[in-house]
Amino acid sequence: MENLKQILADALSAVAASESESALDDVRVHYLGKKGALTALLKQLGNVSAEDRPKFGQLVNEAKDQVQEKITERKSSLVNAALEAKLATETIDISLSGKGQEVGGLHPVTRTMERIETFFRGIGFDVASGPEIEDDYHNFEALNIPAHHPARAMQDTFYFNPSTVLRTHTSPVQVRTMETTQPPIRIICPGRVYRCDSDQTHTPMFHQVEGLLIDENISFADLKGILQQFLNVFFEDDLKVRFRPSYFPFTEPSIEVDIMRTNSKGEESWLEVLGCGMVHPKVLEMSGIDSEKYTGFAFGMGVERFAMLRYKVDDLRMFFENDLRFLKQFK
Amino acid sequence: MKISENWLREWVNPDISSDDLVAQITLAGLEVDEVLPVASEFSGVVVGEIVDAEPHPNADKLQVCQVSDGVDVFQVVCGAPNARPGIKIPFAKIGAVLGADFKIKKAKLRQVESFGMLCSASELGLSDDHDGIMELPAVAKAGEDFRAFLGLDDQIIDVDLTPNRSDCLSVAGLAREVGVLNKADVTPVSVTPADIAIDDAFPVRVDAADACPRYLGRVVRGVDVKAQTPLWMVEKLRRSGIRSIDPIVDITNYVMLELGQPMHAFDLANLSGSIVVRMAKKDEKIVLLDGQEVTLRDDTLVIADEKSPLAIAGIMGGEGSGVNEETKDIFLESAFFAPLSLAGKARSYGLHTDSSHRFERGVDATLQERAIERATALVVEIAGGQVGPITHAVNEASLPEAALVTLRRKKLDQYLAMSIDKDLVTDILTRLGLEMVEVTEEAWTTKAPSHRFDIAIEADLIEEVARIYGYDNLPSSMPQAAVNFTPLSETKAQIQVLRSILVSQGYQEAVTYSFIDPVLSKQFLPNIEPVPLANPISADMGVMRPSLVPGLVKAYLYNQNRQQSRVRLFETGRRFIGSVEALADLDQQQQVAGLIAGTRHAEAWYHGSEKVDFYDLKAHVEALFALNDGGKPTYERSSCEFLHPGRSADIFLGGQFVGLMGELHPQLSKALGANQSIYVFDIALNAVLNATLPEYRAVSRFPEVRRDLALLVDRSVPVSELEKVISATAGDALKSVLVFDVYQGQGIDETKKSVALGLTWQHPSHTLSDEEVNNSVEQTVAALSEQLGAVVRG
Repeated sequence: MENLKQILADALSAVAASESESALDDVRVHYLGKKGALTALLKQLGNVSAEDRPKFGQLVNEAKDQVQEKITERKSSLVNAALEAKLATETIDISLSGKGQEVGGLHPVTRTMERIETFFRGIGFDVASGPEIEDDYHNFEALNIPAHHPARAMQDTFYFNPSTVLRTHTSPVQVRTMETTQPPIRIICPGRVYRCDSDQTHTPMFHQVEGLLIDENISFADLKGILQQFLNVFFEDDLKVRFRPSYFPFTEPSIEVDIMRTNSKGEESWLEVLGCGMVHPKVLEMSGIDSEKYTGFAFGMGVERFAMLRYKVDDLRMFFENDLRFLKQFK
Repeated sequence: MKISENWLREWVNPDISSDDLVAQITLAGLEVDEVLPVASEFSGVVVGEIVDAEPHPNADKLQVCQVSDGVDVFQVVCGAPNARPGIKIPFAKIGAVLGADFKIKKAKLRQVESFGMLCSASELGLSDDHDGIMELPAVAKAGEDFRAFLGLDDQIIDVDLTPNRSDCLSVAGLAREVGVLNKADVTPVSVTPADIAIDDAFPVRVDAADACPRYLGRVVRGVDVKAQTPLWMVEKLRRSGIRSIDPIVDITNYVMLELGQPMHAFDLANLSGSIVVRMAKKDEKIVLLDGQEVTLRDDTLVIADEKSPLAIAGIMGGEGSGVNEETKDIFLESAFFAPLSLAGKARSYGLHTDSSHRFERGVDATLQERAIERATALVVEIAGGQVGPITHAVNEASLPEAALVTLRRKKLDQYLAMSIDKDLVTDILTRLGLEMVEVTEEAWTTKAPSHRFDIAIEADLIEEVARIYGYDNLPSSMPQAAVNFTPLSETKAQIQVLRSILVSQGYQEAVTYSFIDPVLSKQFLPNIEPVPLANPISADMGVMRPSLVPGLVKAYLYNQNRQQSRVRLFETGRRFIGSVEALADLDQQQQVAGLIAGTRHAEAWYHGSEKVDFYDLKAHVEALFALNDGGKPTYERSSCEFLHPGRSADIFLGGQFVGLMGELHPQLSKALGANQSIYVFDIALNAVLNATLPEYRAVSRFPEVRRDLALLVDRSVPVSELEKVISATAGDALKSVLVFDVYQGQGIDETKKSVALGLTWQHPSHTLSDEEVNNSVEQTVAALSEQLGAVVRG
């Protein structure tokens, strides 16, 4: 019995001291192999009294199991350690950049336009487009701006010849839609527009998103509701908005929309961001829509103005210089 | 239009602050651009009187003045040449503060003590005039506070009026509007007909009655053009941005600002025979007040006499017929010109005047007599003279007539989504000066006052009611209209997806101008006549781009010059090819174009600095087409002038030319100053947005078999030809052909290249036997040899 205890203690310490799988295997053979020390004890079972035999046998077997368990444990820990050591040699610098193309980015005007489009698509507006070289009729006449109307002086127009212009707004797309579609109409018209003007705050080309909604019973209240919602959604803010009477030949009543801005000194001021109004009955009639049955509203906004406000760009001309150091800021 | 607030308040004086007044005007649709002080800030300046002036003992250009403030006399050294005894001047006493921090102290100038300063108009922020000290009229009382004397505690309100509200282009008009908004009484200036002292009436003949429905004229003899325009008038004009010229011109300007009627005064001595209002004769010439000679067109209305044109009607007077220093007798004109006959005319001659601004937008057609009487009274008061009777030339038929406009309750409620009380609607319309012809529960039938000629239809009345009620007081809601959703197309891809493909390949989106330099256009596309603008902003923005490529290359060069050598840019937008004379056929197609240059990857630790080449670009183009599986494009050698002839391709989809790609022609590249190769593509947007709706096909359960072929073939044979032959001969079970190596150079014939291909077969319904595959390979090799001279490498 004393012998068993000693052998077990020796075996367990030999397992613990094994530093490799092969050393561990040697220990296993030494104690548990056919000629192993513990196996030998079992062979001596005959020498034990019949009374003590079962008890002794059980003790030896328990000792064997215990050694085997420790060997398995030790083995798994040696395998793990070996793997860890191997993996440690494979360590790389994870702070280095990945391999592949760096990602580019969208132009801030496009980003802005897509935000605007997303809102209006979400409430059932389709996106429409049309030509940029337009005839005088679609750009002016059909919008209740006859030749020599003072409103023409409000928009410095690029001409090709007396009857062909670069569109000064995307409204001709609305006209073209009304000419071919009966209400209900819900469209927005994003795109490039052109005015013959170039200074600090004007570029000869810029972008607009205009919208048109025509149906039965469309009211001024609907216009206010949609635009207030739009501005809140676009700027992610509960904006103070005011609706101010204005004049456009193609709407009546006409409205300009101002938002309240706070500058760095905490001073508040109104800033005009949108023009809109109820579509002028003449404009509806000219495009073949019954102005008794239908009413509608139209609105228009300058995309660059929204982009400047949104991204704090303070120089309009940056939008068209295509300087990568500017463009790369929009990712 | 700039107007002094005090002047406005002489007419209507609601009990609200200046800030509130400005906000109120703006919210009524008369947008206030800015509010300006009428003078700079100063204090301690009084009216002084020079009682004595002696030359300075030690300085030639200085005088020593004795200046009275009504109580005491102060010694002041002054450098102004016009300082002399007897005149009244603005006198800044010791302690006065001019501007922000200029404090007047006792001083010694060349040993003579000076107690204060005599001020010029510019020193007080009144004008740019710094020629000597400001001379005040004799009525000024020495000692009176100068600010109070000139009424300088006032501000200039600059109103940016929309074209429909020309009725507000005067103090009278603005006052009317402010009166409506505040329910306040308006006190118009009182005008009484002049006493007729002489019976001279200069004859007037109107030959263009439609363009000039009303022309009033009057002779006033013996006026003193050297008389001083009173300070109150000079100040009011100044605050409206108009310089004082002489009393007669000042009065016509004043009446225009006060009542809204542009007027003109002729020197009677320069008029010959009679006044004739007629259309100009073609190529007739006139020298205008500003000295420029203008050649007239026959669509232009002129005021002429029997000999020649005297003025372009309603726009500008002529140099030879106006009031001058010698003028004794004048002929006053107060006319109504039809807006349509003047519309656009001033601009067509490069002119814009206060008069043309008003006439184009419209002047109250009943105002002329009141205006001429007002002007006459002022002339007599300021410059004296004997007044003749008014000559009327009126064509009643051409005068505008106020239409009856009906506002229906139903429409009003529907437009505004609320019901405004009937009495309030009636009150608003009445306050605006509309005559209530009939009012029922269902409708208001109204007649607009003569100054509101912009009111013509029901929507105009709705706007007026809404405007006065206040847009911000109207309800807000979301539309309840039925929505017709458009089917979501899957055969037309969204442009957003296309943009993200390019962005993920490292492209930055660019937006370049749609107009480019005609020289650049010719450099790229010598055989395309670009569409020219008639009035470009500058010569280098003269034509519409026939391709997006020149603009992108310009953007590349901009960045190259700013040390950005790795460039990837794309743009979507229209290009323009054709002629505006055939507008319907003008090609305004949407394109997507891209440009790459520089290294394949941004400089980094894991690779060298290989430059991009044709195949990088091609991968991007292929990605665009693969995006939507709208059909497989084919590539043919391109003959595009701006591309490298050996490294460029025309792109076809379903046999249709849809775009091109390749290296920018090295010669062009060099000419433009590029310091490395540039690769570009320009493709019809439609072609890459084409999509096919995916349709499921069963996946074969049987194994794939692959065989590799190494072929020697002439270098001139495109690999696509090999692929074509293989596809045609390798049997229906051929699933794919892969090119996994191309080699030319050492070890093989210098006219040949080696192409290694991997062919994969898979049958949908059985496992392919070796024999089947071998047969296919044999057939294919035979066909390749026969058709393309390809030899299998041993």
